[in-house]
Amino acid sequence: MNHIALKMLMGDKSKYIGIVMGLTFASLIMTQQPAIFLGLMTRTYSFISDVGLPDIWVMDSKVQFVDDIKPLQDTELYRVRGISGVEWAMPMYKGLLKARLTDGRFQTCNVVGLDDATLIGGPPVMLEGKIEDLRRSDSVIVDIDGARDKLGKPSPIPGGKRIPLKVGDSLELNDHRAIVVGIAKVSRTFQSQPVVYTTYSRAKSYAPRERKLLSFILVKAKKGQNLAELTRRIREATGLAAYTQEEFKTLTYEYFMHNTGIPINFGTSVLLGFIVGAAIAGQTFYNFTLGNLLQFGVLKAMGTSNWILLRMILLQAVLVGSIGYGLGVGLTALFGHAMRHSILAFRFPWQLLIFSGAGVSLICVFAAMISIVKVIRLEPAIVFKG
Amino acid sequence: MNLAVRCQDLVKTYDTGGQKVTALNGINLEIEAGELMMLVGPSGCGKTTLISVMAGILDQDDGSCEVFGENLLNMRSRDKLNFRARNIGFVFQAYNLLPSLNAAENVSVPLIINGMKRVEAERKAISVLEHVGLGERWQSLPSQLSGGQQQRVAIARALVHSPRLIVCDEPTSALDHETGHNVMTLLKDVALHKDRTLVIVTHDARIFDFADRIAEMDDGHIIKVKDTK
Ligand SMILES: Nc1ncnc2c1ncn2[C@@H]1O[C@H](COP(=O)(O)OP(=O)(O)OP(=O)(O)O)[C@@H](O)[C@H]1O
Ligand SMILES: [Mg+2]
Repeated sequence: MNHIALKMLMGDKSKYIGIVMGLTFASLIMTQQPAIFLGLMTRTYSFISDVGLPDIWVMDSKVQFVDDIKPLQDTELYRVRGISGVEWAMPMYKGLLKARLTDGRFQTCNVVGLDDATLIGGPPVMLEGKIEDLRRSDSVIVDIDGARDKLGKPSPIPGGKRIPLKVGDSLELNDHRAIVVGIAKVSRTFQSQPVVYTTYSRAKSYAPRERKLLSFILVKAKKGQNLAELTRRIREATGLAAYTQEEFKTLTYEYFMHNTGIPINFGTSVLLGFIVGAAIAGQTFYNFTLGNLLQFGVLKAMGTSNWILLRMILLQAVLVGSIGYGLGVGLTALFGHAMRHSILAFRFPWQLLIFSGAGVSLICVFAAMISIVKVIRLEPAIVFKG
Repeated sequence: MNLAVRCQDLVKTYDTGGQKVTALNGINLEIEAGELMMLVGPSGCGKTTLISVMAGILDQDDGSCEVFGENLLNMRSRDKLNFRARNIGFVFQAYNLLPSLNAAENVSVPLIINGMKRVEAERKAISVLEHVGLGERWQSLPSQLSGGQQQRVAIARALVHSPRLIVCDEPTSALDHETGHNVMTLLKDVALHKDRTLVIVTHDARIFDFADRIAEMDDGHIIKVKDTK
């Protein structure tokens, strides 16, 4: 009977395609929107991932997320260094500063100052130059996207492409000269400003004169240290906040979850995709069953049990569901692939496959249920009513 | 005498939104095994209702209907399904073939319902299609066949599983005279034999000659049974 069920389904090409398209649409929305959402959420903490090396981030206890800078006094660094279990602790400056470009324009930059000696926390990938070049006087490293776009020089032809900032070019940070010695690739963050790396002491000279300029203390634990223990010790000794890398990511991510409309926006699209998909697929599948009611009646009159008819309908639902799901997920993957070099955030972990799979299954079960109820209630005597 | 169907005081009333229609109002009728019985009468007199009860796809309200000695009303639904699957064949005015199955697949359906493997069922279906003169067309879809050819496929489907009773509702009404005549010849020569009974509902006076007996109905009653042999 399975064979008959499949033939029935595919015999009516237009309806078959309609059902599959509805399910494809639903599964596309339910996969692609959360993928963008996850991508965006990953961006919230991508700076932390880029820094990578330290086990623990120490900061002011009121800091809510990675871009929420509440500076500390430099003396805190030495206090942290004195805590047992700390292998090393390095300063990091992170702040928004205005850069003056050679053509006279101003551009706000996200300036990151690294420990002068070790340069820990530098960019993950160098495209041109070396991190060590930061030891040269007045040197900075800029990120490639910033160099190409916001820090680039206007084209001599009106409307033409900007001329990228290159190694050897200079800019001015707070009246201090800065020379580009390297170009780096950094992960995109929520901040669209160009990223400028320099040393901690030079960053302090660029920054407006303030009493406190230390943004974060980056800590590496001694081998075999229990990180939870160590963060507790740092908190108790300094009164500052100390998070493991993962905890700091979670803190940042949750800040965006709770304080922005992003989750609600995406949640709404996913829900809409689900509802519209369920409505289209459920409706077309139900119509398909209604259209075949006489055929089911004939099978019933000839002695087919409700149980077998139920299995036939389920099989039909599972088939259209699998195809729709496969197409939807495939289209999402293609979409992600096509957008991989664009500004769009996109992250497609395997858990998402389960999420949208469950959504599509729910739609199919729903569509099959309403159809099955109709077929089970069907009186076989209808076969004589042309 | 070997009885195929025995109806006693059969009553069936339809209730549609408070309005009651008595379609069968005390039917008494016996049909012998191996005979071709025709049911005739004006529209709405209860012919279709009667064969539906005989075929076990509709329950009467009162009276009894025994088919091959089995009282269908008292049967458990599972047994009734099996009874139908094994013993009843159906022929409809509108053929009611499954449009996306080819002729052989359509004919094989009753065998598959009875648990036969698909390949074997289709092989048997093709041989029955040969009996109805459509051996060459076993791969055709219903939409690719004429009305008469579709009805021949339907007849093949009605007899492929060797049922003991075939019920036909207006099998020739949608066909022209000659095609209808051929269909009836087929039913009489191929479908009917000593262990198989045919009950044919018809308006079509031109085919009355094929009947062994004709039961005339009116308003839920059998008013006359005519022997034409
Ligand atoms: N499912 C139903 N619900 C309500 N009334 C019905 C139903 N089926 C049949 N009837 C009524 O029962 C009566 C007998 O119907 P039936 O179909 O048995 O007549 P028939 O002799 O086959 O007529 P025809 O020659 O037009 O096919 C009619 O009055 C019809 O309107
Ligand atoms: Mg009728």
